[in-house]
Amino acid sequence: MKQHHSDVHTLAAAYALNALEPAERKAFTEHLPQCQACREEVAEFEATAARLADATAQYPPAAMKHHVMAAVDGVRQLPPRVPDTAPTATLGSALRRRAVPLALAASVVAAASFAGLAAWQNQQSEQYQQRATQAEQRLDDVSTVLAAPDARTAHGRASNGAATTVVASERQNRAVFTASGLPAPAPGKTYQLWLDHDGTMRPAGFIRQDGTVLIDGDTADAGAVGLTIEPAGGSRRPTSAPLLLMALPT
Amino acid sequence: MDTPPPAGRHRLPLRLVAAAGARPVNQPLPFGPGRTGRASHAGRSDLSEVMDEVAHGDKQAFSTLYDALAPMVFGIVVRVVRDRAQSEEVAQEVMIDLWRQAARYRPDHGSVTAWAATIAHRRAVDRVRSAQASADREQAQAAREHQTAFDEVSEQVETRLESEQVRRCMRGLTELQRQAVTLAYYRGLTYREVAEALRTPLPTIKTRMRDGLIRLRDCMGVTT
Repeated sequence: MKQHHSDVHTLAAAYALNALEPAERKAFTEHLPQCQACREEVAEFEATAARLADATAQYPPAAMKHHVMAAVDGVRQLPPRVPDTAPTATLGSALRRRAVPLALAASVVAAASFAGLAAWQNQQSEQYQQRATQAEQRLDDVSTVLAAPDARTAHGRASNGAATTVVASERQNRAVFTASGLPAPAPGKTYQLWLDHDGTMRPAGFIRQDGTVLIDGDTADAGAVGLTIEPAGGSRRPTSAPLLLMALPT
Repeated sequence: MDTPPPAGRHRLPLRLVAAAGARPVNQPLPFGPGRTGRASHAGRSDLSEVMDEVAHGDKQAFSTLYDALAPMVFGIVVRVVRDRAQSEEVAQEVMIDLWRQAARYRPDHGSVTAWAATIAHRRAVDRVRSAQASADREQAQAAREHQTAFDEVSEQVETRLESEQVRRCMRGLTELQRQAVTLAYYRGLTYREVAEALRTPLPTIKTRMRDGLIRLRDCMGVTT
């Protein structure tokens, strides 16, 4: 796409958010050395974006550090940048190919799984359409709870390591449950949610894997949310030890 | 944002069932502006010094840098890439890249955090876009729209949690500004894709993205 020169200045925000298409990004990158104001603006916007990144901070798996520390032993560091060097991307990727076969192998694996994903998405897209209406309704319900002025949040961690969050609105008598890092249940099994009413566990719906669901049932007079693994289809009472029992936020 | 102690209502005494060695809940991450906690090496000047040592091949310093930056790097990569296994790969590549590029960090261009966040976000976006390019876009669209809606709800949840200041500042944006910024940054969309998704003319999106970021910058008191 052709950019008018005057337009180029307004691209700093999209550049800092990595939201430019390759041609525009190239044009803007070439413009940067001649535009002090643009460079300052980019630096501020990148610092702002870093706050947005920081707001999402979460601990990576502990094993990642071992991998990284082991990998850098074989990675040669780049010299400081001097003017008129080859573009970083080219140099960087050339070095990467030699120095980090691990990264290359990972991207091959990733490419293979993307191909699988594409095929899967083809098959699934019709079903997605059918589910869309249903999904919208559930979304509305979830959004209503999240937007409630009296919404309260609590975090928990299941014994399988998954991070969980409950957002509850007492006035609406409803709550939303979200999980991340929940491993896929074994075949024929499902994750079931429970509401604890004075020691009695009542079925409160299911969560397939990572995601967000509206908890079934009255939450205002429940004390806690539980999570168990149950045979597919669910149980009337918990049949396994709870993976999680967390107090509803008040 | 954390749960206040139960008050006014009767509660059974409950304990969270925690995995062995799991981090207790409701603890602040040991890194990042606006958070309390052990932020001993999170200060900008300190990290600059650590960077300098890393640039000279100091692995001990790199270990410190890793501890300071990995949660932010992993967090933003997961947010953009979504898939956890792939996110681990990408985050790992980013951390290795920080080691490789350490000597190219320029303190006068911004903080170490901003530098790392830029690299991490760029990598995450590259991963997402190469995945998109290899998939048939038409066919993937229905799936994506469905997924987007849910992801956004998850985002609403997460946004509630992590950073009081970011959340407060986000509320100060207009709806269109907020969507333009979050779809681009947290979803990795180009501004053209943002315009399509929001059915809004391209120049408007360009302007809103900029206005929104300026407002966030001022609200969060960002300086470089």
